Amino acid sequence: MASKYVGKRVKRTEDPRLIQGLGHYVDDIKLPDTLHVAFLRSIYAHARITGLDVSEARNAPGVVAVYTGKDVAEKVGPVPCAGALPDLRVPDYRVLARDKVYFVGQPIAAVVATDRYAARDAVDLIMCDYEELPVVVDVEEAAKGGPVIYEEYGDNIAYRLTSGEGDIDAAMAAADRVVKQRIVHQRLAPIAMEPRAVLARYLPGEQELTLWSSTQIPHLLRTQVALMVGIPENKLRVIAPEVGGGFGSKLNVYAEEALLGWISIQLGKPVKWIETRRENIQATIHGRGQVGYVELGCKNDGTITGLRYNVFADMGAYHQLLTPAIPTLTGLMLSGCYKIPAIQMNVTACFTNKMSTDAYRGAGRPEATYVVERAMDIVAAELGMDTTEVRRKNFPAPDEFPFKTATGLFYDSGNYQGALDKALENAGYQKLREEQKRARDEGRLIGIGVSTYVEICALGPSQAMPAGGWESATVRIEPTCKVTVLTGASPHGQGQETSFAQLVAEELGVDLNDVTVIHGDTSIVQYGIGTFGSRATAVGGTAVYNAVQSLKEKASKIAANIMGVDASAVAFSEGVFSAEAAAAVAAGEGTQSEAAPRKVSIQEVALAAHLARQIPPGMEPGLSATNFFEPTNFTFPFGTHIAVVEVDRETGDIKFLRYVAVDDCGKMLNPLLVEGQIHGGIVQALGQALYEEVVYDEQGQIVTGTLMDYAVPKAAHAPRFELDSTETPSPVNPMGVKGVGEAGTIGATPAIVNAVVDALAPFGVRHLDMPIRPESVWKIVNKA
Amino acid sequence: MKKAISVNINGATHQSEVEPRLLLVHYIRDVIGLTGTHIGCETSICGACTVMVDGQAVKSCTLLAVQADGAIIKTIEGLATGGELHAVQEGFWEQHGLQCGYCTPGMIIASAQLLDRNPSPTEDEIRHGLDGNLCRCTGYQHIVDAVQYAARKAKA
Repeated sequence: MASKYVGKRVKRTEDPRLIQGLGHYVDDIKLPDTLHVAFLRSIYAHARITGLDVSEARNAPGVVAVYTGKDVAEKVGPVPCAGALPDLRVPDYRVLARDKVYFVGQPIAAVVATDRYAARDAVDLIMCDYEELPVVVDVEEAAKGGPVIYEEYGDNIAYRLTSGEGDIDAAMAAADRVVKQRIVHQRLAPIAMEPRAVLARYLPGEQELTLWSSTQIPHLLRTQVALMVGIPENKLRVIAPEVGGGFGSKLNVYAEEALLGWISIQLGKPVKWIETRRENIQATIHGRGQVGYVELGCKNDGTITGLRYNVFADMGAYHQLLTPAIPTLTGLMLSGCYKIPAIQMNVTACFTNKMSTDAYRGAGRPEATYVVERAMDIVAAELGMDTTEVRRKNFPAPDEFPFKTATGLFYDSGNYQGALDKALENAGYQKLREEQKRARDEGRLIGIGVSTYVEICALGPSQAMPAGGWESATVRIEPTCKVTVLTGASPHGQGQETSFAQLVAEELGVDLNDVTVIHGDTSIVQYGIGTFGSRATAVGGTAVYNAVQSLKEKASKIAANIMGVDASAVAFSEGVFSAEAAAAVAAGEGTQSEAAPRKVSIQEVALAAHLARQIPPGMEPGLSATNFFEPTNFTFPFGTHIAVVEVDRETGDIKFLRYVAVDDCGKMLNPLLVEGQIHGGIVQALGQALYEEVVYDEQGQIVTGTLMDYAVPKAAHAPRFELDSTETPSPVNPMGVKGVGEAGTIGATPAIVNAVVDALAPFGVRHLDMPIRPESVWKIVNKA
Repeated sequence: MKKAISVNINGATHQSEVEPRLLLVHYIRDVIGLTGTHIGCETSICGACTVMVDGQAVKSCTLLAVQADGAIIKTIEGLATGGELHAVQEGFWEQHGLQCGYCTPGMIIASAQLLDRNPSPTEDEIRHGLDGNLCRCTGYQHIVDAVQYAARKAKA
């Protein structure tokens, strides 16, 4: 049967409200008598607070209350860390600093006032005296010793971890060559266009706290905030209304979220805090922040024998929710899409006087892919091989899946050759290489960068996750046959209100507009895990799919009862249950001559299920099914990205000539949305490759503290992408979907850097650190 | 000391007493209650707060409400006329020009002005014309497609 919705480029049902300015993000929710919160934040990266006088602020016009670290120390629990690793050091991370501050932007005091201007004014009236302490900013310096941030630990090590399988020493010894490279993954700011935002309302009568927060994980946030502020979890309702982007930065539990809840309980009024962009760059998690040393052993024919990655991971001053877990994801993906018999990662995770790192689009996996894909290009250069040939030589064949890696994973399915071949064909790779040669002869610097990536998605089996890896869905057919879907996933731009509706409409044979998808409200939706790790469709969508199957089974039994036939004789197609005439005869209903085919629509069944007069004896009334789907494995999307760039000799500017990608995310529910995810991912990768970096100076001050200095890519920085796909279904879930949210970010960064390095190969360049600024390119070209 | 202003927003005139330091975007959002205009950076870079002031796309986070006294303002809520979406709004919907939607109102206003000034822009002109608006979700390609869609529609 041809599908009506699934696999189609259906435009989004979310959009009409958003293109008319009618959506409701947190700051758009206006409650009467709302008080506004502003924070005094540390201006030093490391200091002792020697005096804190809030009396003048307390007496300022409009100010209702001022809270300090001492006020809340015994009242609000610490900011939680869910990463569990052997011998992990977890500093006590209070929602307001008490005696010391450890990074610029750390909250010290909260002012509550009748409007946001008054709150902000009063912050300036707080007298805070600091005694500056030695600062450690550089992660390698922190590892060596440097000033020790937490005296009780004696050094700056958060944890050390060795992972991987195979005899790495033997693998390196067996190699004809070992290439080595130091690789920097600079800190990035996620920059969701909507900064963080919290509105808390405590109702003293009902003793209920409602927290509207711009979050990716409403249920996990509810559990954690309930524990932090000491309110029963079932008296706390978390609502993630419209959320203006997350990219991992809202996959967290922040000090401000718990504190706002607690303040609302104290004052019995709604309180709101809207993060400024400056606060966002200071005190919302950063991504990446690794300095690593890769060694890749290979034979002279390009066969890889082993990979070692010694990495210094910059945790920042504290652990946020998943801070220490991010480098472990890097370790999992160090095999890339290659057969590497022995892999070893040695992590030295360090505290520095900076904001915490945590999950930013890709979360540890872009680092792995970048390491492997850069190293593959260096191998190709050393051996004089084409960069695509050295990759192809090490791919597992499509029939070798599930493919076991030396990092302990089983890749579910893949056809890496297929994606590479298609991308090379679409790009006209041979012709590009010929053009590159001609251009070089003319003195033009053109580079072609290829990256073949695999990523780990659909996070994940609960055994491998810190807080549950399943996802939930309830699908309800109402008496009028309108369908309500409650998903535990928490989309914030990905478009699952549309794609889940497509799935349900297809399966139930109802109109797309008759399906409503509800998410992000813990009082309406059953417990869920949330949206991150490219999991919403592969895990959350599968829960929806499974719930729909249960409903169809029940509806079919009701239809059989109405038609007077055996349930096994009922067929269902495009919203109609039917039974051949023979089935009625077999059920003893009339004779052959009287019998006719029987039909009953899903609309009739929906009503019957609720009127409960025609349902089979003993059956529960209603048509609702809930599924908690626990995946048996991750999924592993993959693809090939090819960037073609030209370097301007005069300015060092890097211009894209082409960008070709072939991505395989398994079955696609909506290719239009898949494209959008890939486009956005590539541009974030492009930002890392060429523009973005959170720069801290030696004193731990953020130099890139606003969007005037932190260079988010603009429209003119991005090329037109030429996308294509292959489709290798995942065997892990019934729909065969894999996930696509992070693919672009993972696949594109190395493709772009490889292209720039390739353009500069005539100058003997084999590696450049990101972001590759025109200045450094110009210096190479002009031998400055 | 508060100052009296009179501003026409989306066809309705509003008389208000405002603090001289009140930002236009806070006036629109918090005083008038039109929350479709968003705040993304407070340094005039991201463009989420873009509105039309006397026919010009302006970043309302860097204008004071008192500076808008006597102005005719159009926000995203006033772009559709008679229940009909503006061609740019339609383009954003048709071409998947938005994901989280936060930059979208500003992006749509800026795009509408771009087409007013240049009804047949090239892709390059569109990309440079949207220099004052950041989007973190879409990678811009579908936004370019949306503007091209609107340009075609306006000619049809």
